[in-house]
Amino acid sequence: MKYLTQFFNSLFLAELFKGLGITGRYFFKKKITVQYPEEKTPQSFRFRGLHAQRRYANGEERCIACKLCEAICPALAISIESEEREDGTRRTKSYDIDLTKCIFCGFCEESCPVDSIVETRIFEYHGEEKSDLYMTKEKLLAVGDKYEKQIAADRAEDASYR
Amino acid sequence: METILFYFFSAFMVLSALMVITVHNPVRAAFFLVLTFFASAVVWLLLEAEFLAVILIIVYVGAVMVLFLFVVMMLDINITELKAGFVKNLPLAIAVALVMFGTIYYVVGGDQFGIEHFATPDRHAADYSNIAELGKLLYTEYVFAFEIAAVILLVGIVAAISLTLRRRPNTRHQKIEDQIAVKSEDRLRVVEVAPHARKGER
Amino acid sequence: MLDLILSIYEIPVINILVKIVAILVPLLLTVAYFTYIERKVIGYMQVRIGPNRVGPRGWLQPIADAMKLMFKEIIFPSGANRVLFIIAPTIAISTALAAWAVVPFGAEMVLADINVALLYILAMTSIGVYGVILAGWSSNSKYAIMSTLRTAAQVVSYEIAMGFALVGVVMAARSLNIGDIVQGQSGSGILGWYMWPLLPLFVIYFVSGVAETNRAPFDVAEGESEIVAGFHVEYSGILFAIFFLAEYANMILISVMAALLFMGGWLSPFADVSFLGLGSSFLAGSSIIWLISKTVIFMFLFLWFRATFPRYRYDQIMRLGWKVFIPITIVWIYVVGIMYYAELAPWFIKG
Repeated sequence: MKYLTQFFNSLFLAELFKGLGITGRYFFKKKITVQYPEEKTPQSFRFRGLHAQRRYANGEERCIACKLCEAICPALAISIESEEREDGTRRTKSYDIDLTKCIFCGFCEESCPVDSIVETRIFEYHGEEKSDLYMTKEKLLAVGDKYEKQIAADRAEDASYR
Repeated sequence: METILFYFFSAFMVLSALMVITVHNPVRAAFFLVLTFFASAVVWLLLEAEFLAVILIIVYVGAVMVLFLFVVMMLDINITELKAGFVKNLPLAIAVALVMFGTIYYVVGGDQFGIEHFATPDRHAADYSNIAELGKLLYTEYVFAFEIAAVILLVGIVAAISLTLRRRPNTRHQKIEDQIAVKSEDRLRVVEVAPHARKGER
Repeated sequence: MLDLILSIYEIPVINILVKIVAILVPLLLTVAYFTYIERKVIGYMQVRIGPNRVGPRGWLQPIADAMKLMFKEIIFPSGANRVLFIIAPTIAISTALAAWAVVPFGAEMVLADINVALLYILAMTSIGVYGVILAGWSSNSKYAIMSTLRTAAQVVSYEIAMGFALVGVVMAARSLNIGDIVQGQSGSGILGWYMWPLLPLFVIYFVSGVAETNRAPFDVAEGESEIVAGFHVEYSGILFAIFFLAEYANMILISVMAALLFMGGWLSPFADVSFLGLGSSFLAGSSIIWLISKTVIFMFLFLWFRATFPRYRYDQIMRLGWKVFIPITIVWIYVVGIMYYAELAPWFIKG
């Protein structure tokens, strides 16, 4: 009996019609496409986009060249050189992130003891040549200076979960 | 006009037939054979045998030659090996060719099928359908030959299948019927797992 | 002036050329917009909206696509047979377009009214496979040759099923002339169509048509996920566009043929249905609009199938063709014979 029903089901293409029915229904459903440049999906405050280096309110850069981010970076995208500054503090001589290697996992941000390296909400950036995607310390600080307000707000919102 | 077409396509047919046996690459030879069939279909069209012409294209060009190409493309033919002994066998080949030509000429040459034996057939009107005529002849006068041809073909099919069909006991086969009959219930079991608290939690 | 134009039109060659243009231009336009509609329809079925950037609602998308392909460089793969590489798409498009010569669009609207029209179309579609075979072979590429082998076997198998399905139609209509086949379905409106007594053949014809044109779910010739793009991996620019054109022209041809052979072509579904009381009004009269709307149904089915069904596995394609379709068609041809002798009205009345 089971064999018979199965035979007739396949003979009359029952399952195929079921499939056609589903796609037929979806044909008339409301479309949910986001028209990207004009419309954008909401972002989380934890969004992991372009990197930035932050400063303290007095203008002092946060990074203390502890190299934890360099150590944890799974893609080996970060390279840091440190030196002793004239005032005796430990600072970075260079801090480079190769965005073509970076996988945007956010580990650097997690590992940073002073909240210096952060990932911002910016994802619409581009480079005309490969070196444009090689973020040096100056570039990272510039990004941080420009979006500090947004970055600080996002950290504040996330603080209660940490 | 018709004569020009006839000579053009006959020459075309002979040339491409020559190419079939002279060209080096077997795949190209097969393609030239396709061209030969085409040209002969056109010649048949000129003889008002449009049904046969179209059937020639469907069966030979559309099916047989496709399978031919299928096989030829899969084969790795060593051409130099095949050409070895060409000079040695040439006299024998020429002799065989001459005998073949002589017999064919004797059977279908001008003596048997010349214009004095068969007058030029009448031209038919444009709405003349030779399919109906062909059908009438096949199913009345030549029905016996037709049936025999059908039976021979059937025997051929059965023979081909029985020659290639061998059951080897230790091979693993896919049973497509069973594969198709599988439903999600046969493969997938949805298990309800009661949630349990972690240590330290409630 | 008008007389001059009319007298030029009377010259046979000019007359035929005008008719060819009158068939090809709408056909190619339909092909162009069929690609657009395809992307739209499949998009809608996947809860997307499809192309909508080029021109209002994306209307200029096919033109943009065509322009892009035209200006792209044609790259010949190393070791390719250049002559055959160019001939392959030519064969594909010329057979796809040549088949349209015998397609009637109305009782008298046909370019070549020949007695073997049905066989001619079968012949053209079966030659079309040479485009694929030559393309695959001349590309000197492994993927292309794999696709060629698949296509060769698949098309030959499904041609048999398709041919048998058409035998049923020919038995019912007692003619190979497509105009006569359509006329044979007249007399009782929608009930007179051959799709009712020949329903299994009708389904098999259309499914074989989908397989013959290498469309999803039978598109193992293309098989993007397995063999990249099959026979046209190595093609770019206008040569690729020609393959594309040929495929879509063939799809439309299969749709038109299904409409003509099984759904009464240009006949109205309401003709001769007395209780509707339409008489000889526009709805009951035969017109090309009926043919077009029936064709559109099948064209939509092509897209619907593609949006719904996953690709068949290759051995299952072969099984379906040889072990399912061919036996069913043979059985049904016997049934048609019985119906013919029983003179089953309204389809099998002897004239």
